[in-house]
Amino acid sequence: MSKPNPTDRLYSKDHEWILDRGDGTASVGITDYAQEMLTDIVFVELPPIGKKVAAGEPLAVVESVKSVSDVYSPVGGEVIAVNQTLENTPELVNQDAFGEGWIAQLKVVDPEELKTLLDAAAYDALIQEEKH
Amino acid sequence: MKKTPLYDRHAALNAKIIDFGGWAMPVQYTSVIEEHRATRANAALFDICHMGEIEVKGPQALDLLQFALTRDLAGQKTGQVKLSALLNDRGGIIDDLTVYKMDRDFYMLVTNATTREPDFQRIRSLLEEKKFDASLADVSDSTGKLDLQGPRSEAILQTLTPDDLKNLRFYWFIPSQVAGIPAIISRSGYTGEDGFEIYAAGEEIGAIWDSLMDAGTGLGMKPAGLGARDTLRLESGMMLNGQDITQETCPLEVPYAWLVDWSKDFAGKPALAAIRERGVRKKLAGFEMTGRGIARHGYPVTKDGREIGSVTSGTFSPTLNKAIGLAFVNSEDTAPDTEISIGIRDTVSPAKIVPLPFYKRQK
Repeated sequence: MSKPNPTDRLYSKDHEWILDRGDGTASVGITDYAQEMLTDIVFVELPPIGKKVAAGEPLAVVESVKSVSDVYSPVGGEVIAVNQTLENTPELVNQDAFGEGWIAQLKVVDPEELKTLLDAAAYDALIQEEKH
Repeated sequence: MKKTPLYDRHAALNAKIIDFGGWAMPVQYTSVIEEHRATRANAALFDICHMGEIEVKGPQALDLLQFALTRDLAGQKTGQVKLSALLNDRGGIIDDLTVYKMDRDFYMLVTNATTREPDFQRIRSLLEEKKFDASLADVSDSTGKLDLQGPRSEAILQTLTPDDLKNLRFYWFIPSQVAGIPAIISRSGYTGEDGFEIYAAGEEIGAIWDSLMDAGTGLGMKPAGLGARDTLRLESGMMLNGQDITQETCPLEVPYAWLVDWSKDFAGKPALAAIRERGVRKKLAGFEMTGRGIARHGYPVTKDGREIGSVTSGTFSPTLNKAIGLAFVNSEDTAPDTEISIGIRDTVSPAKIVPLPFYKRQK
């Protein structure tokens, strides 16, 4: 069973979470449901600092033993930090997807884009739908 | 999608199911890495019912197989298993399959899941062309197959069979019983570990699965899916038909030259002899990543900036804790320690050619 989706953040339909830090920046990761689907994450390709992405564009890549999956940016922004510990311990994404397994921090271009995302309740409903 | 007789058991175990060549197969139950490690450390049980079985019978069964397959089977004893190759007229590999000599004038061919039909068609047309006195029967639908693999396989299976498995050598089989059900027990597999391939009637394979699950759980055995099967075979340097080998690949380009007996006549020999005469341009080689990233099927391979081939299989190796793979590259670039690069998305990452297998069990 995946961990509950924290209510302090927003979610994309592609199973990323974004946590607004209130200072024009936000952290991004994949959800616990997503890591559970992938299992055994063995590699995370982090974006370079300064990379600019639009909403829905590939931000990072997570690989399990069997699969390669893009992580899409939930909003447009510029990468200002990445979680370098994932280079040597990618399994942190499995162990703590909502915390230590964060992937990147963005400077958000347009905070209005956050309004297009799902809250925890709506995301819960989405994954219930996917399970059936 | 086609389902094996064990499908409901996989579903009850919450396996993740994928489409493998038209079959609904478990890719993993809990985790590829856990299942992989259980196989290397203890044992694992695999549903392999999707693979094909073709029976060849008749006074000229051996003559047919000698002509159809590349390997010399004249010395094969009853109870012995031989790996061989079936070629097309261009010398390309239709299938790498195992030949079970069941009796005089009676053989069973065990084919890959996706090549079962092409194999049958090819062998039937060779039979008709040469008018051998032999018959073919595709018994895949009524035959179940389980692979029990890992160092504790013998201890687990021994509790369920009256025959002494200590006496069964690698690549030999016996008609036997498992949990009271008639079954063929073959000491063989596709993981690089000791283990068994078990064949029984499709309607009884579920009962054998249940008995093995009961017998193995206390010894650390796990059910394992196609994900672990793939990482296990790749670590052991074994090729996957349809991925590392296609109908355009000849045995001389992959580590299968030893399957070819040039002293006999066989289908595809003229084309293969011509290839041998002019030499092969590309060869399959093992590599490991020395830089970051995991190589995957289809990624380009370069050397000094020029493209020399492409990756056919690549994964993260749970045993070696590094990224490994097989690549089809220019023959002159296959010496161990040759420095190559793999194009991974928009970057290029260093790798080097290494000898196969990547992993060899301690005997």
